[in-house]
Amino acid sequence: MIFGLGIAFLLTSALTVAGAVAAAVLKNLVHCALSLTVTFAGLALLYLELGAQFAGFSQILVYIGAVAILVVFAILLTRGAAVPEYRNYSSSWFLGLAIAAAVFALLTWAVTKSLPASETVSAPAVNVQSIGVALMSTYVLPLEIVAVLLTVALIGAVIVAMPESREPKSSLERSGK
Amino acid sequence: MTPLSAFLIVAALVFAIGLAIALTRRNAILVLIGIELMLNAANLNLIAFWRFSPHPAGHSGGLTGMMFAIFSIAVAAAEAAVGLGLVIAYHRHTKTTDLDAMTRMKG
Repeated sequence: MIFGLGIAFLLTSALTVAGAVAAAVLKNLVHCALSLTVTFAGLALLYLELGAQFAGFSQILVYIGAVAILVVFAILLTRGAAVPEYRNYSSSWFLGLAIAAAVFALLTWAVTKSLPASETVSAPAVNVQSIGVALMSTYVLPLEIVAVLLTVALIGAVIVAMPESREPKSSLERSGK
Repeated sequence: MTPLSAFLIVAALVFAIGLAIALTRRNAILVLIGIELMLNAANLNLIAFWRFSPHPAGHSGGLTGMMFAIFSIAVAAAEAAVGLGLVIAYHRHTKTTDLDAMTRMKG
């Protein structure tokens, strides 16, 4: 116990923050994507520590299994893996860093000022079965909307990223006839 | 038990780092990574508040925050797919992912 916090929480939060910082400062984009994966894993561990098993494993499946792979593919497809010769940071990097530090200071001030020191609430009894029942009964409309959103987004992403054909479509149709 | 404020401060730290990445890096893919980090920090807040709030008994009463986080994860996945597709399409036209060079969307 350090500062009243458990060792497991300190380790997982340190892992999470270290991965995020590495993603911010590393030069090679593939290294950034891999440290992002470490951050996602640390967040999944924090979810598990909070007793949210389903959210934790969804985080591993969705973020590590899909989003991180997607990021790596995008980096390789755009030839961003090579370390660039120009500066990695934009010209107004100091302003961006100051804004981020100000946001962090504001959030920390709000958290430390507004909450009681400690509160103990019994862990909610939630298992995967109850989540599935709720998804199919109370939350069935949001579930369907998210399903439509995911379908539209994935089709749209494929259409946007698809290479455009050199010839216009009308000439293709004419040659087909 | 770890207090709620510890989770909130970790989430604030991850959010600030994501914001710093999105504001300072020049590569468009890294800006998307920063946005993903900010969304993840918001999810951590949702799950932490879900864990530490009193839960009404009854029909799926204690699931609201958890459901919010799960739907947020799904929406973030859609956002990542569209964003990276846009970056790849832009790179095909102009051969760059440098944000300082991205000044027009017309191909």
